[in-house]
Amino acid sequence: MLYNMTDIVSTLDMIDHQHLDVRTITMGISLLDCARGTVRETAAAVYDKITARAKNLVAVGESIEKEFGIPIVNKRISVTPIALVAAACAEENLTPIAVAMDEAAKTCGVNFIGGFSALVQKGMTESDRRLIASIPSALASTERVCASVNVAGTKAGINMDAVRLMGETIKATADLTGDRGGFGCAKLVVFANAVEDNPFMAGAFHGVGEGDCVINVGVSGPGVVYHALQSCKGQPFDVVAETIKQTAFKITRMGQLVAREASQRLGVPFGIVDLSLAPTPAKGDSVARILEEMGLAVCGTHGTTAALALLNDAVKKGGVMASNHVGGLSGAFIPVSEDEGMIAAATSGALHLDKLEAMTCVCSVGLDMIAVPGNTGASTISAIIADEAAIGVVNCKTTAVRIIPAVGKSVGETVEFGGLLGTAPVMPVHEFSSEAFIARGGRIPAPMHSLKN
Amino acid sequence: MRAIVTVTGKDTTGIIGKICTCLAENNVNILDISQTVMQEFFTMAMLVDLDRSKQPFADLSDELAALGQSMGLAVRTQREDIFTLMHRV
Repeated sequence: MLYNMTDIVSTLDMIDHQHLDVRTITMGISLLDCARGTVRETAAAVYDKITARAKNLVAVGESIEKEFGIPIVNKRISVTPIALVAAACAEENLTPIAVAMDEAAKTCGVNFIGGFSALVQKGMTESDRRLIASIPSALASTERVCASVNVAGTKAGINMDAVRLMGETIKATADLTGDRGGFGCAKLVVFANAVEDNPFMAGAFHGVGEGDCVINVGVSGPGVVYHALQSCKGQPFDVVAETIKQTAFKITRMGQLVAREASQRLGVPFGIVDLSLAPTPAKGDSVARILEEMGLAVCGTHGTTAALALLNDAVKKGGVMASNHVGGLSGAFIPVSEDEGMIAAATSGALHLDKLEAMTCVCSVGLDMIAVPGNTGASTISAIIADEAAIGVVNCKTTAVRIIPAVGKSVGETVEFGGLLGTAPVMPVHEFSSEAFIARGGRIPAPMHSLKN
Repeated sequence: MRAIVTVTGKDTTGIIGKICTCLAENNVNILDISQTVMQEFFTMAMLVDLDRSKQPFADLSDELAALGQSMGLAVRTQREDIFTLMHRV
């Protein structure tokens, strides 16, 4: 036989029993040519361009799934940050553009569209201000639109005025979508060092350095890594790292294959493969359980940060050789509500916000899908964002905050989002005020090592 | 285009015969074949050439899957690239 039977069976086993899948094919579309003088005209141009470029995205995704026998869980779209597209519009409310994006997503059959975004790491234009002010109503009146705001960068420092504004925006979004568990906040990400080619939601947008249209692919596979580690129980970390590397190589090769096929069939250039390990709430598809497999009684106990650091690094080392262009966020995600093991750890009281913050120093993103008590103040949320941004800025990495104030709920209760967004146990925050700190505003300067030239 | 057809399930008489007949009727050439039976569990993998197949990929794949189902077996047809890329550097 030209193929080894063991290899064939192992691939089938990964797909059938270990949740191996391609998490997303995301088409990035530039909307810079959709700028018009009014919101109504801009919204119409946005709808037309998205539906023209992405009309075959879902059908092509499904044909690849069929031929290769690999589940492709999501087909998605990211667009140019809308604050740039709408800069020439005079109106205050940009919600109609979000509604046009939502309609376009429904027409194309994609479940999320990202890019209701602004990049304000150093300063804010009038259009950026309008976009941020429109976020609560945009997220409340749409189903599939995701918003993100980049408030900090290693080269720019931290825009503390924007940080303050985002604390208030998250609270307003939670209130407007309170009847759905604050669902709007699950579609809102506050970034430091946001990347321009991220295929994963809710933080995807199509950067201005990108071409007109591009295909980016996000792989997954926590279940496959977890399963592989079961074969090296009690072995030294050298063996653990090597096993994760080899597994990540296989997962990424599959992502690269899907990306190449999608790019060819759609006639759109291939951008990057994002190597992230993205968990789901399904049993056996958890990043937390990988960390526990390394010998921790529960995710969140001492040793968790070291375990995550090893995992994140080994995933990159294994994946980087498997693809000719690696990008996006590439690492391990730790979204609490979307990971069965994280949910269990947070519910049992073993995993706290402070430990999660430490974990974000060594993994690919940040405080993700965390529910906090509904009475948490805007300044406390801003302070959480500032801490996370500081980690990103100083360590030259992407960090993010996707936090959900659970309206009317307190610690011990849970918020149900359903589907891939999962279940969020409400986690405690520090009760001491950060209000005077956040009220200062201004800009925290870029760190010394930003001066590399 | 080449694909790998995998057949898994409880071993019964005539599995290979039925699958091969179906492939022959569709003008699909079998390039290589391998099978094992472990504790009554039948696993077969066939490398096939689809260039002259009478049906498009998706239809052939569905016909084979339906044939498998009638014998209580899982039959899957996948492009060979996935196996080449995942297991070879």
